[in-house]
Amino acid sequence: MGRALVLSEPLSLWGGLDPATGELIDVHHPQRGAVLTDRVLILPAGRGSSSSSSVLAEAARAGTAPAAIVLGEADLILAVGAAVADELYGRRIPVLLLAPEELATIPDGAMVDVAGDRVTFDSDIRPRA
Amino acid sequence: MRLVVQAAEVLGASRLIPIKSAHVDSCLYHGEATIDFAQRLVDGGAHVRVPTTLNVGAIDQIHPELWHGSPDQAARGRLLMNRYRELGGRPTFTCAPYQLADRPGFGDQVAWGESNAIVFCNSVLGARTERYGDFTDIACAIVGRVPDAGLHRTEARRATLVIRLAADVPRVLREAHELFPVLGTALGRRAGPLVAALVGLPPGVDEDRLKALGAAAASSGGVAMVHVVGSTPEAPTLEEALGGGTPMAELEIGMGELRATRAGLTAGGEDSPLTAVSMGTPHASLAELRRIADAFGTRRVAGTVECLVSTGRDVLAAAEEQGVAARLREAGVELLVDTCSYIAPILRSAGGPVMTDSGKWAYYAPGNIGASVVLGSTADCVRSAISGRVERDASAWES
Repeated sequence: MGRALVLSEPLSLWGGLDPATGELIDVHHPQRGAVLTDRVLILPAGRGSSSSSSVLAEAARAGTAPAAIVLGEADLILAVGAAVADELYGRRIPVLLLAPEELATIPDGAMVDVAGDRVTFDSDIRPRA
Repeated sequence: MRLVVQAAEVLGASRLIPIKSAHVDSCLYHGEATIDFAQRLVDGGAHVRVPTTLNVGAIDQIHPELWHGSPDQAARGRLLMNRYRELGGRPTFTCAPYQLADRPGFGDQVAWGESNAIVFCNSVLGARTERYGDFTDIACAIVGRVPDAGLHRTEARRATLVIRLAADVPRVLREAHELFPVLGTALGRRAGPLVAALVGLPPGVDEDRLKALGAAAASSGGVAMVHVVGSTPEAPTLEEALGGGTPMAELEIGMGELRATRAGLTAGGEDSPLTAVSMGTPHASLAELRRIADAFGTRRVAGTVECLVSTGRDVLAAAEEQGVAARLREAGVELLVDTCSYIAPILRSAGGPVMTDSGKWAYYAPGNIGASVVLGSTADCVRSAISGRVERDASAWES
């Protein structure tokens, strides 16, 4: 499915993701500059703007969206963005919810597979530094 | 309907309830996906079923000359705004629909988008909305119903976190307007998506300050409701804000955190000549426009500075009628409506330091338009606009 990108802080995609490049652009976020494209985004929570649905759908159209989003907290705004991306462009971005303590077990860079409502990862497969 | 039902599933609602009105944020262009979605609705013959106001779009349709981006982008932004009018939205194009005459009343069930409007609606009006995002807001307006979940229900509106202003926050700062964008940013970081009760402000905090607090809190955290004890209608007392429950946590915000938060909202460049000043985020109220005009008095914006104030077209109409708009223009202020200066290419040059009195503007403008922001009070912004260099009176923060 994709490699995990573990975000240490919540992120609002609006003002936080440039859908033209897939880059994290929130200057207040410690991981500014990370590229979200095709990664499995491990996100403690969405944050802020209600425009994040549009940004996610636009990223899907532009081909810069994450492969999947795994959240520690339910987020209607991201779920709807993903639903519209599927409806308009047939591009599926699974948005799943895990208990925060389960979320914390996924290491950055692990290969994560998302199928149905299950998230599995193999932490032995890590990208080389 | 499918989107509304899906929303109900995500929120765990078992039924839908009717709404009185909606505020739709989807009319701001974020790329072709936003037009594709609106076009799908228009082609399907959709129309809103409840009175619906529209949030900001990309273009100031009354002052289109203020746009400094490509004509093609302007056309796409305008097309999207018009699509939402075709769907039945009122062309209010404001992020502060709570400043319109026919705003929702206490206890009304509504569907609002736009994070600052959501927090104001729940906290200050006592009307009830969940955090609706783009697409969902228009879907709810078309269906006329929302999932019976989240902040639509009394139990979710109780505070679960208590935030106290620490004893070292001086009275002069508690009574200063410039506290609110900074306190809101700090509160958002601490509260995240939780409903907090804020204790320690003088009673009867006015709507403009509550607006500044909420907008900043909804930028730095996913805050959709905050009880300001002694000021907001569901929090005459802390006990009522807690709804008889016990908070999960209590914490304090003191001067150390406030000073650090204020510093974090200023990127620097304080020593270079000022490029621009942007006020009115969220859209200025008539009282705020009057305050800015009073602060200028007979003085004018320096020739080297671009000074913009954003407001809603309905507030502008009232300001025109009362002569406030003329006084602002006389002072060299440009009035922007229908959009905002940090979401569209409006500033002619964002290269040098740009001063703002808004926590939300200070939070988003660096990422959105690459501005190097200096946060100050409204008085600081006006003084700096006149002199052409950054002037900040930090006395309230130093005691």
